[in-house]
Amino acid sequence: MYTNGYIFRYAAIMVIIAAAVLSTSAVLLKPFQDRNMAIEKMGGILASAQIEGVETENTIELFNKYVVEEIVVDQNGNVVESFKEGAKEDGKAFKINMKTELYKKKKGENFELPIYIVEKDGIKTYIFPLRGAGLWGPVWGNMALNADLNTVKGVTFDHKGETPGLGAEITTKGFTSQFAGKTIFDESGKFKSIKVKKGGVKTMPANEQIHGVDAISGGTITSDAVGEMIANVIDGYLPYIEREKEDPR
Amino acid sequence: MSTEEREPLFSPKNMKLIKNPINLSNPITVQVLGICSALAVTAKLMPAIVMSISVLVVMAASNVVISLLRNGIPPRIRIIVQLVVIATMVILVDQVLKAFVYDVSKQLSVFVGLIITNCIIMGRLEAFAMANKPWPAFLDGIGNALGYGIILIIIAFFRELLGSGTLFDIQVIPQGLYDFGYVNNGLMILPPMALITVGVIIWVQRYYTRELIEDN
Repeated sequence: MYTNGYIFRYAAIMVIIAAAVLSTSAVLLKPFQDRNMAIEKMGGILASAQIEGVETENTIELFNKYVVEEIVVDQNGNVVESFKEGAKEDGKAFKINMKTELYKKKKGENFELPIYIVEKDGIKTYIFPLRGAGLWGPVWGNMALNADLNTVKGVTFDHKGETPGLGAEITTKGFTSQFAGKTIFDESGKFKSIKVKKGGVKTMPANEQIHGVDAISGGTITSDAVGEMIANVIDGYLPYIEREKEDPR
Repeated sequence: MSTEEREPLFSPKNMKLIKNPINLSNPITVQVLGICSALAVTAKLMPAIVMSISVLVVMAASNVVISLLRNGIPPRIRIIVQLVVIATMVILVDQVLKAFVYDVSKQLSVFVGLIITNCIIMGRLEAFAMANKPWPAFLDGIGNALGYGIILIIIAFFRELLGSGTLFDIQVIPQGLYDFGYVNNGLMILPPMALITVGVIIWVQRYYTRELIEDN
């Protein structure tokens, strides 16, 4: 009674209906999801700058209040665009796709990266968005540097699908709070980045410890990915950082 | 079929479909299905409740869909059909969560996707929806999802209370107790304690429900 033809027709029609339902819902819900993601991105930037009291409801308001400038820099450290007025999510910096820009960097092409400058109580903080590859998918985050462009003020990390309880721990306070006070340059001004050290910072030489944090037990690949991400992305910002340190605008 | 008398919507027989899975044939504590997600999402109450609601929606909807299709589904590909229906529902739920309760959807992360592999749902489709009319299938889905959800919420209640000292992220254990040297039990947050909690629930349930105890 169920011929092969029937089975094939049945399967084909079923799949087409399922595809239609799913693509319709994806298109209809996209605006809401994009909104949530933009809010999350703003929240991450504010959180890395250690701004407290950020809730989902007031994120946009606080973001517009504290982010005083959004700039886009190119591979040579030139400021391509500076955005100060208006809703900050309209700035070019906020719309930059880190993934494609970092891919260009990898291939040695020209690229542009965003920087957010937060000012609270007269203190300037520079926030550098990060992005890299974790174990199961992308990892990303923000690193906030003090006005000396050397000392870390705070970081946030997030991920697509790292292992819960292991790699996914990079988002927790226990991991991110280690970064505050670390420096990315050594005394001679050489770029050291922040290493995520398996076995713990205490296994590093004493003069290196200021450039390292403890990795996550059981989450070595994700931890390494975070270290690699910081080194790679901050490297892209280095020309700007060097220039800005010598001659602040 | 036409000679059969129409059954009232909430006849005792239909009500049994809802009541039984909550106690006598509970998917988690009696059939021991769906343990994976019961361990994974119960560290806090909120994700446990959202997970329960998500499973409820997926289970009821896919039970109805499969029940409606049951006479046309070619037996040889019935598992595939069931999977496609479940997967479609799960992706829909995931998309809706992402659009409207983004924070919670982040907490559930991969586990929403894992509803697809929740054996309770496949089990009900194969065992019940393939052979029953939509309305009983709907009730059966609701009943099993409730049975699953109740256990999830009980586990999450104890894990969050003892593991973090909070309920819905609100501190409930007074600071005074901590001053006396009380500490949160970190082990409660880890999956092994969820398994032990399930075990305790099974024990309590069997103590009060004698018909569940095997003869030997």
